Amino acid sequence: MEKFEKLTGVAAPMPLVNIDTDMIIPKNFLKTIKRSGLGVHAFAEMRYDDNGNENPDFVLNKPQYRDAQVLVAGDNFGCGSSREHAPWALADFGIKVVISTSFADIFFNNCFKNGMLPIVLPQEQVDLLMKDAEKGSNARMTVDLENQQITTSEGDVISFDVDAFKKHCLLEGLDDIGLTLAKATAIDSFETQLAQSRPWV
Amino acid sequence: MSAPKTLYDKIWDAHVVSQDEDGTCLLYIDRHLVHEVTSPQAFEGLRMAGRSVRAPDKTIAVPDHNVPTTTDRASGVIENEESRIQVDALDKNARDFGVHYYPVSDVRQGIVHIVGPEQGWTLPGMTVVCGDSHTATHGAFGALAHGIGTSEVEHVLATQTLIQSKSKNMKVEITGKLRPGVTAKDITLSVIGATGTAGGTGHVIEYCGEAIRALSMEGRMTVCNMAIEGGARAGLIAPDETTFEYVKGRAHAPKGAQWEAALTWWKTLFSDEDAHFDKVVTIRGEDIAPVVTWGTSPEDVLPISGVVPAPEDFKGGKVEAAKRSLDYMGLKPGTKLEDIAIDVVFIGSCTNGRIEDLRAAADVVKGRKLADGVRAMVVPGSGLVRAQAEEEGLDQIFLDAGFEWRMAGCSMCLAMNPDQLAPGERCASTSNRNFEGRQGRNGRTHLMSPAMAAAAAVTGKLTDVRKLMELEEV
Repeated sequence: MEKFEKLTGVAAPMPLVNIDTDMIIPKNFLKTIKRSGLGVHAFAEMRYDDNGNENPDFVLNKPQYRDAQVLVAGDNFGCGSSREHAPWALADFGIKVVISTSFADIFFNNCFKNGMLPIVLPQEQVDLLMKDAEKGSNARMTVDLENQQITTSEGDVISFDVDAFKKHCLLEGLDDIGLTLAKATAIDSFETQLAQSRPWV
Repeated sequence: MSAPKTLYDKIWDAHVVSQDEDGTCLLYIDRHLVHEVTSPQAFEGLRMAGRSVRAPDKTIAVPDHNVPTTTDRASGVIENEESRIQVDALDKNARDFGVHYYPVSDVRQGIVHIVGPEQGWTLPGMTVVCGDSHTATHGAFGALAHGIGTSEVEHVLATQTLIQSKSKNMKVEITGKLRPGVTAKDITLSVIGATGTAGGTGHVIEYCGEAIRALSMEGRMTVCNMAIEGGARAGLIAPDETTFEYVKGRAHAPKGAQWEAALTWWKTLFSDEDAHFDKVVTIRGEDIAPVVTWGTSPEDVLPISGVVPAPEDFKGGKVEAAKRSLDYMGLKPGTKLEDIAIDVVFIGSCTNGRIEDLRAAADVVKGRKLADGVRAMVVPGSGLVRAQAEEEGLDQIFLDAGFEWRMAGCSMCLAMNPDQLAPGERCASTSNRNFEGRQGRNGRTHLMSPAMAAAAAVTGKLTDVRKLMELEEV
């Protein structure tokens, strides 16, 4: 997995609440059997009109946000379907950090498997970052995972929490499966005991 | 004596393989359900790393999202090339890795969350995962069941475990009795209406109370299915005689002495008195009315007797969201919900595609006709549900009324197959999500129970099903 340590980039504001994974990547793009190439379809129904032309009002189509690496979003981001195509599409677009007051569980977990960092902050701090993001491409935000800090374009510093294990995996770019297979003995013994205690499983 | 535990605590504790100092656990997975949309990249990952499926006997695959539901599909040809490639990939992966498989041609094929319980793969006290958020359905059996992403699908295939942090405990109690015309779907939508789509975030919900106990397994599955729409990781209902009765004799349920041993353990699966819940929500069953959604979030729930709300009825970020929803849905504040005309009716999905749902819809439809201009389809949740319905003559009731009687699959719940809404079409749907574009680009979805959808089908507008029931009584 790609590492995530620190980035400085443009943040795009998406204040809408309940942005669901159907919005992030509509179902007609789930028919792929690959992980790559979904960036062009991210937010497709909001981003393009019925003829496939860009909707100039959509935030990521605006010149100042086309290279956004951070999304500052409304509450309950990533709700709905478990589709990992959502973080794949965001990451392929170039977005590595999403900041909101809350995330849906599955989307939140999926981000960490793809070198992305979802950050949960209280409303006032998200509001502050939303304002900073609204300044456009001159306002670059820095997200530092090691020190768990966001620095706004104004130099304001906001600290954030992150699960220690997830942080470790992101910083090192660790592959979960490799880590778990190192515990194969524990899984073996669990299965042996399971065969005794709950043989019907 | 050990501290009192919730049902969730008990199932969790029975599946911990190892625990790190920070509390992160490796959790053993008893059943892994797989469908064609979220698994191809996971199987590809295994191939690239030279890994096998650790427990193919505990892995069950079935294509459901992409499959056509027209009766001519027996020819085996899926016209859409991408869909065909995805289903073919599952065929090949199931064969190559040796997992249990129900292909499109098998009468047992259907929506993965209907097939699992039907075949007895889902049992009380199990951990069940699937690359699909509606895995929450299986919580109806007192199984810890939730959706995972594709990376986690690959992780479970390779290790039969999942790296997990424990969620909090939430209790949703539905007291008393439901009124006539009120169903499990109205319960689950009403809960989401009360708590919001983020109300359960970070929690596992245990549904309890007299009204939940009175539900059949079908109804309990409907309730747990939409736990995810309330933001919860999973929904749970403690197993009881209703559960055991449903499970007994199913193809993969334990038999003989193993059945007895299983039953002994299953009977310990309930929340202890005084167990701690981080959050408690109580709703009186008598207060629940037949409901519909008006907007583009499952929390946009109102009793059918209500009117379309105005954005200013809300607070914070929901004001803008409501404006956007009303615009998308083409609705004006103050309009009576019962005055909203519909174009399409969809009865099916993992929420409401079981036999009891089809019976409830058929009860309303019987002796009536589709309203002029309404297109309606019934898509049974599995080939076996379809067969059972045909045995009971339900298919004929639907066909006589002008409904289409389809083959099993996810169909118009998410419209990955040709069953889609045209732009601007309005649908009375028994599915689980009313998101923008969910049932087709610019399609408009109103979620409701099968009985309510059937009522809309025969009147051509959103309708309080109790009025049709009263007519019958006269």
